[in-house]
This record gives sequence, structure tokens and C-alpha cells, in this order.
Amino acid sequence: MLLLATLAWPVWAAMTIEIVGGAGNRIPVAVVPFAVSGAADNPADVIAADLERSGVFRLIDGRDLGPAPSEPQDIRFPAWRSKGADAMVIGQLATLAGGRFEVRFRLFDVVKGQQLAGMSYTVSASSLRAVAHKIADVVYEKLTGEPGVFSTRIAYILKRGSRYELQVSDFDGYNAITVANSPEPLISPVWAPDGSRLAYVSFEEKKPVIYVQNIFDGKRRAVARFKGSNSAPAWAPDGRRLAVVLSKDDISQIYLIDVDGGAPKRLMESAALDTEPTFSPDGRMLYFTSDRGGSPQIYRLSLDGGSAKRVTFEGNYNVSPTLSPDGKTMAFVHRREGRYLVATMDLASGQTQVLTDTDHDESPSFAPNGRMILYATRVGGRGMLATVSVDGLVKQRLSQSGDLREPAWAPLWNR
Amino acid sequence: MKYAIYGVLLSVLLTACAQDPSKTGDQSADGKAGQNGAQTSGMSVNGVDGSLLNGKLSAPPKNVTGILAQRVIYFDYDSSAIRSEFRAVLDAHATFVKANPKAKLHLQGHTDERGSREYNVALGQRRADSVNKAMGLLGIDANRMEAVSFGEEKPAVEGHDEAAWSKNRRVEIRYDGE
Repeated sequence: MLLLATLAWPVWAAMTIEIVGGAGNRIPVAVVPFAVSGAADNPADVIAADLERSGVFRLIDGRDLGPAPSEPQDIRFPAWRSKGADAMVIGQLATLAGGRFEVRFRLFDVVKGQQLAGMSYTVSASSLRAVAHKIADVVYEKLTGEPGVFSTRIAYILKRGSRYELQVSDFDGYNAITVANSPEPLISPVWAPDGSRLAYVSFEEKKPVIYVQNIFDGKRRAVARFKGSNSAPAWAPDGRRLAVVLSKDDISQIYLIDVDGGAPKRLMESAALDTEPTFSPDGRMLYFTSDRGGSPQIYRLSLDGGSAKRVTFEGNYNVSPTLSPDGKTMAFVHRREGRYLVATMDLASGQTQVLTDTDHDESPSFAPNGRMILYATRVGGRGMLATVSVDGLVKQRLSQSGDLREPAWAPLWNR
Repeated sequence: MKYAIYGVLLSVLLTACAQDPSKTGDQSADGKAGQNGAQTSGMSVNGVDGSLLNGKLSAPPKNVTGILAQRVIYFDYDSSAIRSEFRAVLDAHATFVKANPKAKLHLQGHTDERGSREYNVALGQRRADSVNKAMGLLGIDANRMEAVSFGEEKPAVEGHDEAAWSKNRRVEIRYDGE
């Protein structure tokens, strides 16, 4: 019954995607079906889905304009302009000898009739989705000036029957791999800044113990296995230390510990329980949850010295802080009228916005470009993952057979 | 040899039961005791003390009856205070641990499902710490106990209402090796 840490196998991807909202100021873009030879899936479907769920684009349907153009000379720009498209993507997928494919795409500024980008990729069948995500990244970056996140991965926990699996998949739920599985609970996966390792909490020893596992070779080690509970790991931006919550000396308190071992250093002495530490991207601040004020609230501690300051004041339950990559926004879980909702706070002004409207939203995690938040929710009693654009307007759910929870979005340089 | 001692202890224990029935009553909230069918006849704390002195058990026998069969302490919402009705349970286990030098306690704190998983690990830990502290006051050495938390991860009862939640806010008294 031991945990099979090094066993990894592909899992049938059964994620279904559902977009439950959307409006606002979006860039109108047409993703024209690629000219496809052979029986392969059309890359345009993946590109369109990626762009839509980012919340930044509005898809323009040009099917009534006649045959889909796949070469620049075939595009009737005035017709696409009249459809309202600012930009459009065309392309081709050709089957080559030896089971390989060539994917070509071009991105056009429809208003000016100019090409903005164009690439050709030669890949095997198993990389066709990856190429489509890459094209979506190029489109996103050309049109917004920010990097896309469509080639990133996520980690999460899947509970199936009585087993718990730590899985890593593409950001849209495809190509899931189980990197650890156990008959006892697994919680709190967090990515190392270099995207090669996950820290997580396993209860396989009938108590919470923190492990760090390399996702490529499957090797792992217990980083915190002290008397009592060892939980809530958070990577320091240097990737060498973790903030962790230990109960070895007292009630649950926050410590810093080297990933390679060594004695944990206690960060604060508090009479209340402190947990859920997370670093600011510059590594100088630690945000955490504490009930020192009588109810769970979020505080921040400067690691340069000084005492902790309270950050949240609205309501009597604010937990699970996480910071955007630019350090300007905090996402957290806010309870309102018995419902647990994902909210954001602009840290400079303190202004708070509730982004979700379901009852059991938890574990928020920013996309590496800061434009979307991945979180866990529950629909009809079943755990699902969901994303919401940071303006709260576009939501999308990922569900699978089994219970999904504890998502964590990997950093950009994962691939 | 081990088995012989075990047998003798068991018979003493059973005798104690027979001589001293129904003193503790039931804790109807205690699901574990109910499962073991241990609610009908009990023995006094003193009875346990007498029969298991100098014992070599690492845990109460599976078929033990009475208050020592009770392994679960329940808590109010967002509270880690031990309700007075559970004092006798802690007394019984403290007495057992003192009488059995090999016995070590594994105190497992749990919460209901509401709220963040990690915050609930910390809440469950506070409940386990609370029982740990109470056992310390009853004379159990700290190195014979470990207080840990499962947070909301291992509900005793599935369900999304107060009836389920009240059964899930608990500390389970386990012994090493169980």
C-alpha cells in the first residue's frame, strides 16, 4: 500500500470544458479552420478554444463568407473587416511521410491587411496539440504584448474511488500524467519556480508530511517530517527554500526550511495558528493566514524585519492568499453569507473584487502571465477545476470522472 | 508468552466487566463505540486501572468494552475546547497509557469540510493539540504522544449538513501500531 512515487502513466483525458460567461472589451479575432490533409484534428479548434478562454478575445465566425482561406492571397480582407474582425489566423496541416505533420500558420492584421506573424512546424502526431497551443501563444503575444500561457501545465489532485492521484496535465486538462498516487490524501501541490519540481503534502504515514518531487524522473524526498503535522509548503522565489507550517514546537506555525535539508527556522512566535504562507514574487514579503485577530484573516510579514500587518478586513473569513506574478494583486478565498468565493485585492489600494459566484471555491492560483486564475470549485457535489479571467468575466470549468481539487498553475518556463 | 499474558489480562478485564457493569453509560454521539457494539455495558475507570496495571499492551484490546472503547472526542464549530462529557474518556486512556509502558498515543485531529483545506489542517491540529495538552495534564509524557491533523480530508460521515459536520469535527484517539 505504499505510494508509487516513480510510477507514471498516461490517463485518458476526459476533461470537458464549459465557458460560463463572457462580455466586455475583447479583441475580435477570427480563427479560420486550417486546410487539413488526412484525418488529423483541426488545429484551429484548439487555437480558438485557447484564445476564447483567456478572456482577452472574442471569436469572429466567418463561415458564411464562403470557403475558408488558407493562403494570404485567398483572404478577402474587406469581408472580414465587415464581420468586425481585427485579426485573423489562417493555416494548413499537411501529412508528411513517416507519420509526421507540417503545420503552417499566418496571423494577419485585418484592418491593415498586413501579416503579423507566420511560422511552420514539423512534428509527430503526439505534438499536434502542443503546436496549436504554441500558435495560440504567438497570437496572444502579438496582439496583447504579453506572453500567452497556452503551453503551460497545471498540477492538481484527482480523487478516484478511494485513491488520491497527483496529476500534471496541459493547462487545458489534456495529456494528464499521474506523478504520485496514494490510498491516503494528497493536498497542496505547489510548483518550484523552475517548473521541474512539485512540493506537496501526503498523508501516507497517517500524518501530513511534505515531499518535494522531481516531475521528470519521479524521484522525491521528504523535506519536512517532524513530529506533529507538516503542511502548507510554499516555494521561495530562489527555489532553494520552502516556507512550511509545522506543529513540532507548538501550535501550527510558519518556518523556513532548505529544500536540501537542515533545521527549520521559525519565522514568528504567535499564540494563534498561522498557515498558508506564500511569498511575494520578489521574495521580500510573506503573506499568510492567521486567526490571531479572532477570525481567519490574511497578514503579511516583511522578511527584512518588523511585525506582521493585517491585509484583509472585509468579512470574517479570508484565507488562501496567492500573489500575481507582478506582485500587485492578491487572490484569496473570501467567505460571504456562507459561500466561499475567489476574490482579488489590489494591494496598493486595498480594493477588493469578488470574481466567482459558486459556493465552494478554493485554492486560487494565478496563470504565469497574471491574466487568469485557476481554482477548485464544486458543482453538483463533484469537485471540478475552473478558470476565471482576472476581470471576472470569462469562466471555464474542467471536469473529469472523479473529484478534482487543489490546482496549481505551473510557471511559464516549464517547457 | 506474549499470548499467555494477553490471555490473562483479557480474562481479568472481562471479569472486571462482569463485576462492574454499566457504570459509564453511553456516549451516543460516539460512532466508533457504536460500531464496536461497545455501548451496552461498561466498566469504571478504576476497573480498567486495576486490571491493566503493569500491562504490556500497546493498545486496548479490540474487544474492550466500556469507556476505553471510546476513541472519539467531538468538538463544537470552530472550537478546540474539550467538552466536559469527554473528560472521562481522556481519563480512561490516560490511565491505560500509564499502566502500559509500551502504549503510545496518536491523536488525530479532524474538521468538517467547510473552508480551506490547509486552514482546516491547522484547525484539526489545534484540536489534536488540545487533547494532547489535556493528556499531558493527566500525566502522560509528551514523548508518548503525537498530535497530528488530517484537516477535512478524512470525514467520519459523508454529507454536507450539520448532522455530518458535527460528527466530523473530532479527535480520534489511536495507538501506535493501529
